Amino acid sequence: MNCRSEVLEVSVEGRQVDEAMLALLHTILLHRSTGKFHYKKEGTYSIGTVGTQDIDCDYIDFSFVRVSSDELDRVIRKAVGEFKDAMGNGTDGMGQISLEFYQKKKSRWPFSDECIPWEVWSIKVNVVNLANEQERQICREKVGEKLGEKVINIVEVINQHEYLPKMPTQSEVDNVFDTSLKDVQPYLYKITFQITDTLGTSKTTWFCAY
Amino acid sequence: MDSDLSPQDKKDLDKFIKFFALKTVQVIVQARLGEKVCTRSLSSPTGSDWFNLAIKDIPEVTHEAKKALSGQLPGIGRSMCVEISLKTSECFSFCSWTVTLNISDYYFFCRCDKDIKVSYTVYNRLSLLLKSLLAITRVTPAYKLSRKQGHDYVILYRIYFGEVQLTGLGEGFQTVRVGVVGTPIGTITLSCAYRTNLAFMSTRAPGEDEGAYNGVEDSQEVCTTSFSTSPPSQMGIPGKEGGVPQQVPVQPCHGAQAEHGRVSSCPPADHVPATPSSSGEGAETLSRSIEVKGVSPCDVLETTFTRKVGAFVNKPGTQVTTASLDLPFAAFAPRAYDLEENDPMVQPPESPATSSPLQGSLHSQGSGESGGPAQDDFVMVDFKPAFSKDDLLPMDLGTFYREFQNPPQLASLTIDVSSQSMAEDLDSLPEKLAVYEKNIDEFDAFVDTLQ
Repeated sequence: MNCRSEVLEVSVEGRQVDEAMLALLHTILLHRSTGKFHYKKEGTYSIGTVGTQDIDCDYIDFSFVRVSSDELDRVIRKAVGEFKDAMGNGTDGMGQISLEFYQKKKSRWPFSDECIPWEVWSIKVNVVNLANEQERQICREKVGEKLGEKVINIVEVINQHEYLPKMPTQSEVDNVFDTSLKDVQPYLYKITFQITDTLGTSKTTWFCAY
Repeated sequence: MDSDLSPQDKKDLDKFIKFFALKTVQVIVQARLGEKVCTRSLSSPTGSDWFNLAIKDIPEVTHEAKKALSGQLPGIGRSMCVEISLKTSECFSFCSWTVTLNISDYYFFCRCDKDIKVSYTVYNRLSLLLKSLLAITRVTPAYKLSRKQGHDYVILYRIYFGEVQLTGLGEGFQTVRVGVVGTPIGTITLSCAYRTNLAFMSTRAPGEDEGAYNGVEDSQEVCTTSFSTSPPSQMGIPGKEGGVPQQVPVQPCHGAQAEHGRVSSCPPADHVPATPSSSGEGAETLSRSIEVKGVSPCDVLETTFTRKVGAFVNKPGTQVTTASLDLPFAAFAPRAYDLEENDPMVQPPESPATSSPLQGSLHSQGSGESGGPAQDDFVMVDFKPAFSKDDLLPMDLGTFYREFQNPPQLASLTIDVSSQSMAEDLDSLPEKLAVYEKNIDEFDAFVDTLQ
């Protein structure tokens, strides 16, 4: 089974990096999160309810919807914050943050469990510096429009209904879903990012969310 | 395909389609309420949240949607359309967004094994489609407009069946296919078309409005529920129609590629869904719309306009016009009175019910439109200062700026005061000139010191 890979590219100002990344990552996770599974004795399970929340950006003329889960939001914000710090504040630069969905495959001793990615979303970020307030105002609107296009791209890709892991049994649910959150249950995912410095070298940092 | 479908599966599918249609309408209308929507995630299901999504039902919207459905389902050749329109205080309206739920008889369904219950996959995919709709509704231009609605314009919605009407979207509208879900009874396609030309026509010749968008001007068919000043109570009890699948037997499903899940049947709903039409292709021109209130388009909103008088502003007293003053250089006198007379913010236009004058801030220097006089076209430009949050304060920074962009004239510049002083000034001018000529040497010496 081949892992599906999608690449999105955005150009933003330094102070817009956080919100742009949050908007795209949350949009993806909205589609890749379910309610909590509650297994019952007779072999059935029920699924909880996923709430949604509208978020307005401060530095971009844009609003997006995310899963109503503060825990999940904290994890994503932490990852995005580290990515932004690695990019540097207010300087030109390029970076890439990746959201990878995977499932675990149990291996026999002495081998460790294998993580098999089935979908990877890569967001390439190009940070630009702007000279004056007028350019910033234009950038607010332009980046908002671009993010809207990216959201539409994400929706079109996701609704192609490609591979999704099978619904697991109770014993295997941790191999497919992140069950650490109290209110929602996203598919297992990890966030990584690469920063390209001025010399063109890349450095990869892993941010394991689960 | 229908012959392979068990009666229970068919019943499930009909129910899914019905509630998907209802939830679609809720999502779209709530996204245009003008407020941020926030629902809680619940780890334990309540039994009433369809598609495992917390979408609260606004009772009025559900009522109207059911009326529009009239016991039937969107089917082959019978698309359901939800149309969002914007109506200004000048009763100029245009359609800004149309979402179409279409079921075609083209193909498909399964990549899954025959052992898998068809309804489970459909249910999960419909849930995904609703999430996509949630995301899409926030990124189209209509969303920003809806967040700004209020005194100047309101957002309306209309549900109808039949052929989708896109003429009201203007030129260059964009279409997005939100998603597709295949079922044994047809393919469910959810798509949207949205206007990209958001030019507001400030002055329109008589008769031009009718040509702009007849569908909304014929307001008998328009749901005139407005969501600007008095949004309906939306945090009501979640829909009680039927139940929601919650008992899911755990059977690891075989098959390599398809998603699996087993969903038990729902309790019978109160409305028995009609069998979707299995007639041939070709959209019929049946157009069924809803009527909520028998009011004219302009009666959608009643507002009370009050103008805050700024400091140092004298209320206009006697009506003095520049023409009545026999003064030299009268043409150079400040035309404050004329401005006030014509200023709609001081004297709102006499419209039947909606007395919400357009604020000057709505009109910004926008690009001219081709095919029309540039000075009459306005492009609405959103103004959102950094850190401005609409829901934080009753009047945030952006609102404050817009309201006070055209402040009233100061008292010292009003015609009645200045006219009197100007008459006196003109009379005393010769004397002053004589004095200045007398002291001309002093002035010259002063100028020399500056050089």
